[in-house]
Amino acid sequence: MNSGINVAKVRSIGAIYVAEARMSAMLKWKGIIAIVAIGNPLFYLVAIGIGVGVLVSENSGTSGTGGVEYITFIAPALLASAAITGALDEAMFPVMEGFKWRKLFYAMNATPITGPQIALGVFIAALARVAFTVICYWAVLIAFGVMSVEQSWDVIPVTIFAAGAFAAIIMGITAKVKNDDYFMTVLGRLIIMPMFLFSGTFFPLNTMPIYLQPIGWISPLWHATELGRHFSYGYSISAQMLVIHFAFLLALLICGFALANRTFTTRLTK
Amino acid sequence: MSEALISARGLTKRYGDFTAVDAIDFDVAKGESFGLLGPNGAGKSTTMRIIAATSQRTSGTITILGRDPEEHGPQIRAHLGVVPQQDNLDTELTVTENLFIYGRYFGLGKRFIRTKIEELLEFAQLEEKRDVKVDALSGGMKRRLTIARALVSEPDILMLDEPTTGLDPQARHILWDRLFRLKELGVTLVITTHFMDEAEQLCDRLVVMDKGKIMAEGSPLELIKTYSTKEVLEVRFGSDRNKEIAPTLRAMCSRMEELPDRILMYVEDGEALLEEILNKKLHPTTSLVRRSSLEDVFLRLTGRTLIE
Ligand SMILES: Nc1ncnc2c1ncn2[C@@H]1O[C@H](COP(=O)(O)OP(=O)(O)OP(=O)(O)O)[C@@H](O)[C@H]1O
Ligand SMILES: [Mg+2]
Repeated sequence: MNSGINVAKVRSIGAIYVAEARMSAMLKWKGIIAIVAIGNPLFYLVAIGIGVGVLVSENSGTSGTGGVEYITFIAPALLASAAITGALDEAMFPVMEGFKWRKLFYAMNATPITGPQIALGVFIAALARVAFTVICYWAVLIAFGVMSVEQSWDVIPVTIFAAGAFAAIIMGITAKVKNDDYFMTVLGRLIIMPMFLFSGTFFPLNTMPIYLQPIGWISPLWHATELGRHFSYGYSISAQMLVIHFAFLLALLICGFALANRTFTTRLTK
Repeated sequence: MSEALISARGLTKRYGDFTAVDAIDFDVAKGESFGLLGPNGAGKSTTMRIIAATSQRTSGTITILGRDPEEHGPQIRAHLGVVPQQDNLDTELTVTENLFIYGRYFGLGKRFIRTKIEELLEFAQLEEKRDVKVDALSGGMKRRLTIARALVSEPDILMLDEPTTGLDPQARHILWDRLFRLKELGVTLVITTHFMDEAEQLCDRLVVMDKGKIMAEGSPLELIKTYSTKEVLEVRFGSDRNKEIAPTLRAMCSRMEELPDRILMYVEDGEALLEEILNKKLHPTTSLVRRSSLEDVFLRLTGRTLIE
């Protein structure tokens, strides 16, 4: 019997080991991740700040954006989009890899590591990637004077939290998937695409017809965007709405984990 | 028998209406090398996953290292090394990264793992590939790495699900040699295979499984003694004549099996029987006298050959 084995330690911090493994795999892509994290905001700043922004302010001033420059209006929304895209990458693909493509989770589960620990580990790694993306994005925004450090630093934890909630629910749903081709298509075209269009990213949600607005209400991105605006430039939302935004995201986080924990366990012990 | 490390009674696994493992009983003693021999779909891998404390049984009891996997999965798994039927290495990581990460899952210290990795690279003959991505390894190398990975925690029980399927004969012999060494070190081995030569080489004791059930149990020698004769005469007359001559042959031996391409005759003295056949001017196109093997045991028990 190997005396170096420490089951108690694995029981308590096993998820960290899983996260370490995920991050080693992620580091193989570090160049691309960094380019995306920094290049993405640069492109948007140039395109929106110089192109679309000018068009918007020439046509409607700042009336449509609640009195702020267009770039100020959309910067927190773009930040939220980037965070949520990163969360999607790191929650969906590793779960498909783990259960189906390369069966990595079965290898982990052959050790003292349990299903819920694998889920938590994947989540932690996703959160690390999201944090990196958000901080890079934010730094670029600061560098270009789109936001101020004192007023907007708290947009960082808020956006990371929102993207984390999204990662949790995606992880829970992906764990249920048996037929991946079909799932990727449906998720990509029918859920993710509309989410980016109907979450008040480029224009306020309430300028949309009322019958389209519910798409935004159930979209994590909309909640993240509203919170981002509030915390980055003092866009005012009622205390009630503030609670609703946080509660919605928290509910996603909790449901995501409840689903993931159950599904990971049943799938691994089948 | 000394202390049983694994003990199963009435062990059953169902997938919906389908019974993959059907009320099997077995014990594995410490230091023993125990085999599950059976054709495709016999329920070998399913049984292995239950022993590995991952897949949950439907009914029956099983204890592994004295514990019930349903309650103590992680504690049991801490002392097992698992080589699944299909390699599930992280192909994006290098050879050493795979070993290192796996060691961490057992709560092992970094220094211990680093030292262990050197030993395992030598064991698996992968020293030159240490920093190569797993993607770039050959099938045999991946298999050896999977086995090395299972050994990183110095397990009490090593579980190997078809360790040599897909390997060339040389790679198989190297692997057998490695497994022998482990056996000498006192590691308990549980092996599934559908190669009878592998079972004969590696297993002290084995069960023959078919359709979820255990058909027989014993050492390779005992099984051959109980279920077969000392020798087998294999004769071929060409597919049309086989049928015609079969009744004549049947009268000449205690038991006979007609396979699509040849006839197997079970006797104590194969040469004598062959002479008798030649004396009758039956002239087989080919003939071969050999000793009985597990293949013959399997044929006797199930009416089928192991590898279809
Ligand atoms: N997850 C599952 N869901 C449904 N049926 C399954 C599942 N896993 C295995 N089975 C069925 O159980 C039976 C036994 O499968 P198992 O993999 O244990 O066989 P095996 O003896 O390992 O075969 P092989 O030599 O092909 O590896 C098969 O008929 C298989 O189809
Ligand atoms: Mg199998």
